[in-house]
Amino acid sequence: MNSIDNQTWARPILRSLAAAPGIEPVLQVRNLEVTYYTDAGRAKALDDVSFTLNAGEKLGMVGESGSGKSTLALAMMRMIKQPGRIEGGEVWVGNTELMSLDDEAMRKARLSRIAYIPQGAMNSLNPVTRIGAQLVDAVKSHLHGESRSAIEDRCAQALRSVDLDPSVSRMYAHELSGGMKQRVCIAIGILLSPQVIIADEPTSALDVVTQRQVMETIDRVKEQINAAVILIGHDMGLMAQFVDKVAVMYAGRLVEVSTVRQMFTEPKHPYARALISSLPNLDNKGVFQGIPGLAPSLLRLPGGCAFHPRCAHAMEVCSTNRPAVLTLKGGRVVTCHLFDAEAANVQSA
Amino acid sequence: MASIANTAGAAWMPAEVRQPGRLALLLRYLRRNKGLAIGLTILLLLVLFTIVGLLLGDPKHAYPLSAPTKRPPSWQYPLGTDFFGRNLLSAMAVGMWQTAVIGLLAGGIGTVIGVVLGFLSAYFGGWIDTSIRSICQILTPIPVLLIQVVVAGSLDKRDVTIYTMALIVVMLAWMGPTLVIRSQVLTMKERQFVSVAKLSGVSDLGIIFKEILPCLLPFIAAAFVGQVFAAVFASFYLAVLGLGPLREPLLGNIIWSAQTQGAFFNGWWWWPIEPAVAMILILGSLALIIMGLDELANPRVRRSE
Amino acid sequence: MSNLLELQHISKVYSRGVISPNATVALQDISLTLREDEPTILTVAGESGSGKTTLAMLLLGFITPTTGQIIYRGKNITMLHGKERMAFRREVQAVFQDPFAVFNPFYTVDHLLTVPIRRFKLARSRADARKKMDEALTAVGLRPEDVLGRFPHQLSGGQRQRINVARALLLKPRLLIADEPVSMVDASLRANILETLRNLQRDHGVSIIYITHDLTTAFHIAKSIIVLYRGGVMEAGDVDQVIKAPKHPYTQLLVDSIPWPNLDQRWGARPIKTREAGAPLAGCRFRARCPMAMEVCKTRPPLFRINDRHTAACYLYETQPEVVPERLSELLPV
Repeated sequence: MNSIDNQTWARPILRSLAAAPGIEPVLQVRNLEVTYYTDAGRAKALDDVSFTLNAGEKLGMVGESGSGKSTLALAMMRMIKQPGRIEGGEVWVGNTELMSLDDEAMRKARLSRIAYIPQGAMNSLNPVTRIGAQLVDAVKSHLHGESRSAIEDRCAQALRSVDLDPSVSRMYAHELSGGMKQRVCIAIGILLSPQVIIADEPTSALDVVTQRQVMETIDRVKEQINAAVILIGHDMGLMAQFVDKVAVMYAGRLVEVSTVRQMFTEPKHPYARALISSLPNLDNKGVFQGIPGLAPSLLRLPGGCAFHPRCAHAMEVCSTNRPAVLTLKGGRVVTCHLFDAEAANVQSA
Repeated sequence: MASIANTAGAAWMPAEVRQPGRLALLLRYLRRNKGLAIGLTILLLLVLFTIVGLLLGDPKHAYPLSAPTKRPPSWQYPLGTDFFGRNLLSAMAVGMWQTAVIGLLAGGIGTVIGVVLGFLSAYFGGWIDTSIRSICQILTPIPVLLIQVVVAGSLDKRDVTIYTMALIVVMLAWMGPTLVIRSQVLTMKERQFVSVAKLSGVSDLGIIFKEILPCLLPFIAAAFVGQVFAAVFASFYLAVLGLGPLREPLLGNIIWSAQTQGAFFNGWWWWPIEPAVAMILILGSLALIIMGLDELANPRVRRSE
Repeated sequence: MSNLLELQHISKVYSRGVISPNATVALQDISLTLREDEPTILTVAGESGSGKTTLAMLLLGFITPTTGQIIYRGKNITMLHGKERMAFRREVQAVFQDPFAVFNPFYTVDHLLTVPIRRFKLARSRADARKKMDEALTAVGLRPEDVLGRFPHQLSGGQRQRINVARALLLKPRLLIADEPVSMVDASLRANILETLRNLQRDHGVSIIYITHDLTTAFHIAKSIIVLYRGGVMEAGDVDQVIKAPKHPYTQLLVDSIPWPNLDQRWGARPIKTREAGAPLAGCRFRARCPMAMEVCKTRPPLFRINDRHTAACYLYETQPEVVPERLSELLPV
């Protein structure tokens, strides 16, 4: 092998575990802010969002539609379009800060460092080109040095890692089932072994069995390349089965980040609590418990805490003061006045 | 039922997001869709010119022997006069008015035919669809200019009026709107709100007129402007070729008569230039409006919504 | 006493072109009887391609079956005209999956409610109509003044779906076909909508056919269940029994794959045999993916009776008595 500049040679798909999980965070989002300037006013889609993720960790991002989950993914990929604007914050993937890159460097970073599998990706596969051609297309511009056959080998390997026979390269999108198409999209996402994979509702259109298959595929793939995975969705059941940490978004703010066990056994934030208690399971047949009220429009957020009008534990201070992002014992993050005292204790301890 | 009602009693509901008034939204949209704004402005100015011209001037002056001949533009005759003694200001006003009549008439008829046939074809399918579609597809490749020239040329000169011109123009123009409307209705027919309307007991006719037709108004408007454009353009080139109603001061006629009298060689530059400029403005504004409507009808092309 | 709606040996086959060896069988020999005096909630569960949407379309009279007939109050629905057809429309309604698609974007959301009121003459005057609309909207947890007069795109998905359900409340049909009513709605709102549907059945005597692929919500709301796979009935019966103790391998696979929001109930370890693209083999529709496929599965298994509330179409139970398709409904508890 001739000596090749480190920056242009992308990592092969299967590599040894270079970074043991938990040593150095592979993704750090700090104080991300996104605002949309619409005809009807300004909407703050992301308000001071921060979190970290280690290699090999899986984070589930939940929230109602309009809470900002997809906006967060798009912002991390710097794919926010007018009238939206990224107004502040940093996104660190490994040692690279994405917001400070120029357009060309960011384009290179997409797919090679951070990959995004959008919602409905399987319906966006090109209907008139073969799967193999689409895989090659996706990485051609990243791999200038490689020969055509080397690229095709890489693609075949990617297909194998998602449990598809490489003969799928010769097929067209309409010949594949929903689950297979989604796995092709995952294959595209991992072609360059990115450090972070963001999957936005990857299984929303799939049935339970295919969903399980796709999620198990993502799990396996994550193990192989030791990537961090962010799963965006609203199905808490799926989160319980798949992720390690859960982040809950409400009206553009991150209201709680806990491990999955903590989230399901003792959620802190009232909204998270309401979500957990509204989940159906085998034992509480016939008992329905929804969350009263409606999510607020981002154009007209209530003063203080955005959730206070629907909160069963709202206090005086909740309608006037914006709750700060608090860190509790064990690294749990919660944004709620109920824990102001607890957080102060943790800090002083 | 009570438990649900209670959950609705949450003390606070989001305050009304005050939507800016309709007019404000319209103006903001026009600011973004500059093509549409410019097109509409030019058209409006032309309409004003026509109205003012018809009111202030004497329409009779649009015809020969009403003014001293071959005068260049001056204060008395702002657009000059031509070889036949027509006051060009009045002639242009009357001519534009007649162009508008032809355009609207032919455009209107073409659009109505397109809507009726398109709906019938798409909604009822079967042999109706096959026959209408086949006729459209057979007639489309026919060279329109040729047929129009032949038909217009073979008419007795006295029979050619602005109304016959409109008919000649619409004769081969209705196929486009028919096919476009048909494909739109085919898509609309499968939409779920049509199924819901059927479940709500709405009859077939009700679905056509009350459910599908209103959604197609942007397309019908775009088809209409397109037809007007084609009609105005056709009347123009037929008249330039001398096939129009020669007595009337249609813009194309003015140019034709200017050409036959050798206006440029004789130095009467204002005579053919004015109608040419007018025609460019008319067609240009219509084209801008068509492009602007296209953006309006296609929400995905719309920016910042 | 009377049968509201009967499906008799319904099959629906979509053929491609005139000469087609590749016909798609959407539904195969389904028979079902819905009685008027026993309002119940029946779930039809299955993945995409199972035929559940085809079944819904057949029940609503939007498509005609290839073989078999659909009988409404003793008359074939293709023979209904005029008043009888209006009566059929009035009594058989639906709630669809996509909260946005059911609204005509040209009109305000009121249109969804005012049109049926007018066509079915449900109100005596405009004031009466408004009152009924207000009642229905309040019952689903919406404030009428916040919602009426708005356009669909101005409301959230949850609000729109609630209006859909309000429409069903307003019409109080005899039979309501709910096709995935909560799958496109946020988790926090699902409970509300499901509760409303259950109240419709309990307090207003509306029979509901709840079509879904989500067994968790099905378990919560329904009394009986039919599991479809590629057009055939795999298993049917009392919903508690079928979900807690599934007998058919397909149902077992489904239940195993349910993502329970419970860390102690993990996805099953059973490996999934993938069905790659292609037409199903002859015989049992599930044969290609079944871990327990046997020789005899090459012929299509009939329904076998497990107990008086549970039946499965699998040769694993061939020692049990057979159930003829017409008598399927008897095994579905109400």
